[in-house]
Amino acid sequence: MVQEKFDVIVVGAGPAGLGAAYIMANAGLKVIVFERGEHPGSKNVMGGVLYRQATEDVFPEFWKEAPLERPVVESNYWLTTDDAVTKYGYRSQEFAGEPYNSFTVFRSKFDRWMGRKVEQAGALVICETVVEDIIKEDGKVVGVKTGRPNGQVYADVVVIAEGVNSILTQEALGMQKGYLAWDYLAVAVKEVIALPKEKIEDRFGLEDGKGATIEIIGEATKGMVGTAFIYTNMESISIGVGALMSHLVNRKLNPNDLLENLKAHPAIKPLIAGGEIKEYLGHMIPEGGYKAMPKLYGNGVVIVGDAAQLVNGLHREGSNLALISGKTAGEVIIKAFEKGDFSINSLAEYQQRLADSFVVKDLQKYQHSSGYFEEHPELFYLYPHLASIANKEFFTIDNIPKKEKQRIIMRKVFEQRPKWELVKDLYKLWRVLG
Amino acid sequence: MRLEDKLFLNRYQSDKHSHLRITDRDACLKCDFKPCTYICPSKVYAWSEEENKILTAYEGCVECGSCRYACPPHVIDWRNPRGGFGIQYKFG
Repeated sequence: MVQEKFDVIVVGAGPAGLGAAYIMANAGLKVIVFERGEHPGSKNVMGGVLYRQATEDVFPEFWKEAPLERPVVESNYWLTTDDAVTKYGYRSQEFAGEPYNSFTVFRSKFDRWMGRKVEQAGALVICETVVEDIIKEDGKVVGVKTGRPNGQVYADVVVIAEGVNSILTQEALGMQKGYLAWDYLAVAVKEVIALPKEKIEDRFGLEDGKGATIEIIGEATKGMVGTAFIYTNMESISIGVGALMSHLVNRKLNPNDLLENLKAHPAIKPLIAGGEIKEYLGHMIPEGGYKAMPKLYGNGVVIVGDAAQLVNGLHREGSNLALISGKTAGEVIIKAFEKGDFSINSLAEYQQRLADSFVVKDLQKYQHSSGYFEEHPELFYLYPHLASIANKEFFTIDNIPKKEKQRIIMRKVFEQRPKWELVKDLYKLWRVLG
Repeated sequence: MRLEDKLFLNRYQSDKHSHLRITDRDACLKCDFKPCTYICPSKVYAWSEEENKILTAYEGCVECGSCRYACPPHVIDWRNPRGGFGIQYKFG
């Protein structure tokens, strides 16, 4: 094992760790990245949407060479009941060409590509290596202990990019107190289902090589706080569902059963019919947001990406926050090397800069939303139902005068939720989301 | 498709040793609803009436980590599988 000292050790080869490593290696720092999987990406999972802007901030014009699936031209929200769906969506030709808005990707392939870019920039990417502990001297982080024989490695700064299951942050660093709470985590599962390219384009009404996304609430999550999703890849569909751990535990539900329930929905079944399952995946998503964020820096250490709980669940953003947190951390560390100051005060700039960016601003904006939804899961059941009741009446043509029809809709809706309750819901939603 | 068959589609480098260890089995006896037996995407944990304990089929673990947090008495010692072992996603 390498016994020499590095400028920076990065723990974990995901977008946060590799983003940081790329920026720092390009600036000439001696960087080593440890990854526990066979290659970068082999342990990494997300639904599958990668955002162009944040990715480009780290890897300029990545879309010209990176392994991507489809640029997303259409995004949809579906509110489901057991046999109906209310749809809302947006499609634009502007998203079909450069500079693009987002792409569907496979993380095992995309992260591997990022890993190669990081190596080309001069960093070492050491795979099949678990970082088991943090080495501290006089209260300062000075290195890591890997699972390899004589596996201690030293550096001036350690970047923790270990992901959502942040055991080092919790145990070795003590920067995340105790266990993450049940309402701070979602459990999500996904299947990759192979289908011919043309079939996907026919079923989703897509032009050659273009993609669509669907986010689904309601019956899709059995009314629990969570979402399901369907994303188009080039020759497969990613379909998955996730819900708050607190709700899954209390309702005694298994994530795979939830996924099977989703796949059987009459509006979803035809989209995946005849497909062949290629892979089954599971992952946690940090949903605690602003309140769950640990302190992001310490003496000789910074925390980035999912390990720092940087996910905006409401907008299904995570990889972009990871990339920007990694980039910001990298830039602050480069500055620390210029000054020769790796103290806690020097690295504090990372948290300050993140707080001034959309990353923490957005989490701050929605800091009360996850708690509100956690306590009011009926919204995830009720509103898809109300939408279905109203739309069913609206679209049913049955000789009833329209004036009467409107009265029927109002009466049926108020039967489900009294008028003042609806007003209260709207007010509270505006308070937590507005 | 049954869950067992789905897991069979995944690529694993199975280690001989489990990376999941229950540190206090008495705590399981007192645990009312045993979330580990249903929260796990791979259903790694199952309660055995005969042996009166949790059985752990760690080979199918997709390494999400949920069990570590869902376990009410926090008696699941979850360690990353050794480097290069465990799930190796082809797609991710």
